[in-house]
Amino acid sequence: MTKFLLHRLWQGFIVVIVVTTVVFVITRLVGNPVDMALPLSATDAQRAEFARQTGLDRPIFEQFVTFVGEAVSLQFGDSLWQRRPAMAIFWEVLPNTLILLLAGIGGAIVASLFLGIFAAVRPGGLLDRAVTTVALVGLSLPQFWVGLMLIMFFAVIMKVLPTSGMGGPAYLVMPALTLALPSLARLTMLVRSSMIDELNKQYVKTARVKGMSQSSILFRHALRNILVPFLTLCGWELTYGLAGFTVVVESVFAWPGLGYTAMQAIQRNDPFLLQAIVICISFIIVIFNIGLDVLFKLIDPRIKIG
Amino acid sequence: MAAISVYGADTAPPKGRRWELLAELWQDKAATAGLVAVLVVVLASIFAPLVAPHDPAAQDIIARMDPPFWMEGGSTTHLLGTDHLGRDILSRVIYGGRASLLIAAAVVLVAGGFGTMLGLLAGYRGGRTDSVIMRIVDAQVALPGLLLILLVISAVGPGITTLIIVLAIANWMIYARVVRSVVLGVREMEYIEAAEILGCKPGRIMFLHILPNLISPLMTLAILEFTNIILAEAALSFLGLGVQPPATSWGLDVASGKNYIFVAWWVVAFPGLAIAITVLSISLFANWLRVTTDPQEREKRFARGQAGALRRAAEAKRSAA
Repeated sequence: MTKFLLHRLWQGFIVVIVVTTVVFVITRLVGNPVDMALPLSATDAQRAEFARQTGLDRPIFEQFVTFVGEAVSLQFGDSLWQRRPAMAIFWEVLPNTLILLLAGIGGAIVASLFLGIFAAVRPGGLLDRAVTTVALVGLSLPQFWVGLMLIMFFAVIMKVLPTSGMGGPAYLVMPALTLALPSLARLTMLVRSSMIDELNKQYVKTARVKGMSQSSILFRHALRNILVPFLTLCGWELTYGLAGFTVVVESVFAWPGLGYTAMQAIQRNDPFLLQAIVICISFIIVIFNIGLDVLFKLIDPRIKIG
Repeated sequence: MAAISVYGADTAPPKGRRWELLAELWQDKAATAGLVAVLVVVLASIFAPLVAPHDPAAQDIIARMDPPFWMEGGSTTHLLGTDHLGRDILSRVIYGGRASLLIAAAVVLVAGGFGTMLGLLAGYRGGRTDSVIMRIVDAQVALPGLLLILLVISAVGPGITTLIIVLAIANWMIYARVVRSVVLGVREMEYIEAAEILGCKPGRIMFLHILPNLISPLMTLAILEFTNIILAEAALSFLGLGVQPPATSWGLDVASGKNYIFVAWWVVAFPGLAIAITVLSISLFANWLRVTTDPQEREKRFARGQAGALRRAAEAKRSAA
């Protein structure tokens, strides 16, 4: 276990280094933060002054060392847009994204278990066909469009939910639903197909012959055996959500989370805030994935993660 | 996954088989509908100037936000209504398909080509080449893809070329993985060994002897990826980071209509519906194709058909008795 953990930490460390380097190359070599932050009309003197203040006039290697130092100590300088430390903004909006993820993906995880299992009990039955069709449609709809259609229906026509922003629980309903839809479709299809495979196995037949009740077979035997692929996909959905895929939902509903803030940083020409968000999120993803791997190792000792 | 084609690299299937295939497709009504819808969308996009009733950029301030023809105040001049600048929505939807389909096709070609090359190399060469390439794949899969895409676009500036390159860089890994796994199975086959003994160069073996085995899995993968890219392009264009006005794209049109959703739902609804229908149709067809080209899945489908026939026969007998 110690060896496994060390190996995993080493891998995570490499990913962190790669991300930091990639972000540096993209922002300093491919793009130019001075051009991004200042308007086109800025004079050369203003540009030089801005570069001097932010240390962008130093040799590129020195900039890189400073940058890595910033990343390691999680001190990313001030946001140009809000004129306060970028990290302060990050910690402020991170919980909002986590709430959204927990409500959306968490809801999808719970719902998919029930939908998938009940669909798998009678493959080809009415419920199965309904679930499969809805999942296929759910995967085909663009998220931003689903969000807008929900706003139109529930906020404009029915007037039962607020259109956007953040407030009470009512504000969470539509963003969470929109975020959940594709994940729900993917998870349900996985539960359904692995459950169908599982229910056709010999041990299930033995259990049936012994007279075991349907619910024991489903939830105590078969469910336990599909847990690893299911949890793997759950972890993947959460990672996917963290890795910026809430951007679209947060933009549609003006939900003040990380994705929305990243978009604002782009629109308000704030490269420093954007790079702080990207690097911190990468750190979180790496830590989260290591945690998941350890969890899987505990659930199923057969797993080897190389 | 190691499905080996019955037909060699350069022998086309006999003509009778093609009709058989079409007949088989006809059995699956959803897949047939999907294929027909895809063809309609593709043809409409290609021949947009002939099909579209209006110039998609022509503004008509008097006819602003006209509803679709079946609603009160709508007219048949603008079948699906007009947007906030009085532009014809039907024409915009038809033209918008051009950008979306073109970008998705370009991304699939670039990412697929690159991923296939590296997958072939990794699978055939093995050893250090393999571990280096697969390490790169693993590392990139672990990166926060969409956030890096945002970072690149904000640094370089949005545009169609940027979009294609960025999406291709973010999506080549899956091809490499799939190709490598197939190649690993194929390279142990005796005919590869025979080719090696005959003195074929590695390039010839990879492209002439191994590549044909990849056509079926790659086709299915490319089609599914195509739908993913359509959705990704739409999302980025919606966020203002993809296709830029005055060009049109479905995602962009949804974005430009979103502020008018309270008064004119059709401005947002139709471009979004176009995306949904395109993606859904392609998925329906791809699903059928996947099952049809996979011998194991075919067997299952055949067994299901047999079981259904037996059950129906038994039920008929019972009701007759």
